[in-house]
Amino acid sequence: MLQDIVITAIINGSIYALLAIGFSLIFGVARIINIAHTAFFMVGAYGIYLGTQILSLSPVVSMVGSTVLVTLLGLFLYKFLIDPIREHEAAVLIATIALAISIQEAMVLLFFANYVSVPSLLEGFFTLFGAKVFYQQLITFLTVLGVLIALWLLLMKTKLGIAIRCTAQDKEVANLMGINESRVAMYTTLISVGLASFAGAVVVPLTTLHPYMWMHPLVMMMAVVVLGGLGSLKGSFIGAYIMGFAESLVVFLIPKGSFLKSAVALSIMIVILLIRPEGLFGVKFEEER
Amino acid sequence: MLLLRYYLRKFYVILKNEIIVLPSRIAVCLFFLFVLTLPLFVKDLYILRIFVLTSIFAIFAASWDLLSGFTGQINFGHALFFGVGAYTVALLNLKLHLPPILGIPLAAIASVLVGLIVGIPCLRLKGTYLALATLSFPIILMGIVFLVPSYTGGELGLSGLRPLTPSRLLDYYVVSVLMLSFVSLMWKLTDSNLGIILHAIREDEVAARAAGINTTKYKLLVFSISGFFAGLSGGLYAHFMRIAGPSTLEVSLSFSVVIWSVFGGMVTIYGPVGAVFILFPLLELFRFWPEYRTLIFAVVVLLTLLYMPEGLLPWLRDKIETECPRCKKRNFYKRNTCRVCMAPLELQQ
Repeated sequence: MLQDIVITAIINGSIYALLAIGFSLIFGVARIINIAHTAFFMVGAYGIYLGTQILSLSPVVSMVGSTVLVTLLGLFLYKFLIDPIREHEAAVLIATIALAISIQEAMVLLFFANYVSVPSLLEGFFTLFGAKVFYQQLITFLTVLGVLIALWLLLMKTKLGIAIRCTAQDKEVANLMGINESRVAMYTTLISVGLASFAGAVVVPLTTLHPYMWMHPLVMMMAVVVLGGLGSLKGSFIGAYIMGFAESLVVFLIPKGSFLKSAVALSIMIVILLIRPEGLFGVKFEEER
Repeated sequence: MLLLRYYLRKFYVILKNEIIVLPSRIAVCLFFLFVLTLPLFVKDLYILRIFVLTSIFAIFAASWDLLSGFTGQINFGHALFFGVGAYTVALLNLKLHLPPILGIPLAAIASVLVGLIVGIPCLRLKGTYLALATLSFPIILMGIVFLVPSYTGGELGLSGLRPLTPSRLLDYYVVSVLMLSFVSLMWKLTDSNLGIILHAIREDEVAARAAGINTTKYKLLVFSISGFFAGLSGGLYAHFMRIAGPSTLEVSLSFSVVIWSVFGGMVTIYGPVGAVFILFPLLELFRFWPEYRTLIFAVVVLLTLLYMPEGLLPWLRDKIETECPRCKKRNFYKRNTCRVCMAPLELQQ
C-alpha cells in the first residue's frame, strides 16, 4: 500500500514537474499563460500511438519523431498565431485557449473520441520492498530525471540559458544588454513545447489516451506552478511532488477518492497560497507599472 | 395632453440629436428592438430555445467582464458562481418546493456569499496567481458534488425542476427582458463613479490606494456584484433546462466565458453580450457538421483575434466612429467637424 502510494506519487510528480517547468519557462520569458501547453502533451502522446500502432514503427523512433514533430508544430503555431498579437495579453490568453480546443477537436477527428492505449517499451516488473515496480515506470522516472538534469545544465551553464533567465527577470534590460528578446522567446517556446510533448511521450504507456486527457494535467500543472511560485524552477519541481503525493494519498486512502483527488490537491494549493501569497519559492517582484 | 406632447417632443429631440448621430447608438437600439420583437418573426421553438440560452449566457459573460475586465482580477473560475446558482435553485426547488421567482434571487444571494468566501482569500493574490488560483474553486466544488451524491445527484445532476414559465414564448420574454435590464444595469454601473474607481484599480492599484480609495472594499464589492449576476444566470439556466448538473461547474464553461468576453472586447460590457449573441447562434448554425463544429468555432475565434486583438466590437466601433480631438465626443467617421464643438476632426493631416 505505502509502496504503491510512493511509486504513483513519484511517477505523477515527475510528469507534473516536466509540464510545470515548461509552462513556467514560457510564462517567465514571454509572459504567456499557455493554456495549450498540455494540449501539446496530448499531441505528443498521440504521436507515439500513431507511430507504434498505426505506422508500426519502433517505440524509440516514434518517441523521438513525435517529440521533434510536435515541437516544430508548436513553433509554427507560435510564430503564426501567438507572436503577432503578443502585445495584447488578453488576446493571447484566449488564443491559447482556442488553440487548445482546436487541437482537441483535431485529435477527435483524427483518432476518434475512444480510449486507446500503447504497450510499454519494456514488459515485466521487479519487486522492490514488496511492491511491484513495472520496468516502464522505472524508465519513465529515469528519463524524466535525466531530462530535468539536462534542462538544469542548459539553464545554468550555457549562454542560451543565461539569456533565458535574464529575459525572464527583466525584458527591457535584457534587450539593452544585446539579447534578441523575440529570438529568446522563440527558443523558449521550442524548449517548452518540446518538454510538453516529451512528457506526453514518456507517460503514454502508463495511461490511456483520449482527446480530453489534457484537462486534468492542465489544472494540476497550473496548481503546481502557482504553489511553487511563478518563474521558480525549484519551486515547480518541489510543488510537483507535493501535488503528486497529495493526489495519490487521496486516491489510495479515501474511499471514492478518485473523485476528490484534484479537489484535495487544489485545496492544499489554496491553503499554501493563503500563508504565502507568492508561492513556496516565488520571489516577490516589484509590480510592473 | 400637453404633457404628453412635451414628452413626445423631448423623445423626438433625443432621438434626433443623441441617437441617430452615432451608428453605435443606433446599433444598440436595433439590438433591443431585435431581442424584443424576435418571436414575431420566428415561430420555431428550437430557435427560441437557442436565444433563451444566448440571453442567459449574455448575463453570465457580462458579469465576468464586470469583475475581470473592469478590475483586472482575471477570474478563471467564473463557472463557480454559475454552478452555485444552478445547484442552489435545484435544491430549493426540489427539497423546499420554492417557485423560480423566489429560488432564483435566493440562488443569486448564495452566489454572492460564495463570492465573498472566495474573494476574501483571493484578494491577497495578484495577477496571474489570482487567475490560476480561481481556476481551482469550481473543481473543488465539483469534488464535493461527487462526494455527496445523495444531495447533489452526483454525475447525473439534479433533474426534474419546475419549468421557468408554462410556455416557451413566456420563457423567452422573461429571460430576454431580464437580460436587457440586467445588462443595462451593469453598463450603467460601469459608467458611474464605481466604474471609474474600478478602472483606476485595474490601471494602477497602488496609485488608487494612494488616492484614498479602499481598494479591498471595492474589489470585494465587485466580486459580490459579479457573483450576484452570474448566480442569477445560473439559476435561470437550471430552471430553463430543468436540470443542474456538474457541467455547470466545468473548466470548459469557465473558459467559454473568457473566450466570449475577450472575443467581443473586454472592459465594455456590450462587447461580451454582443459576442455571445454572435458566437452562440453561430455555434448552433454549425450543427449541420457536428464533428467540425467546435473546431470551426475555435478557428473562427483564432483568426478573428489575429486581425482584431482588441476584440470584435471595439474594432468595429473604431472603424465607424472617430473621437473628437478637442472635446473627446464620438462622431460618425464621415463627418468633417465635431458634432458638439465644431472642431475639425482630422487635425493630423
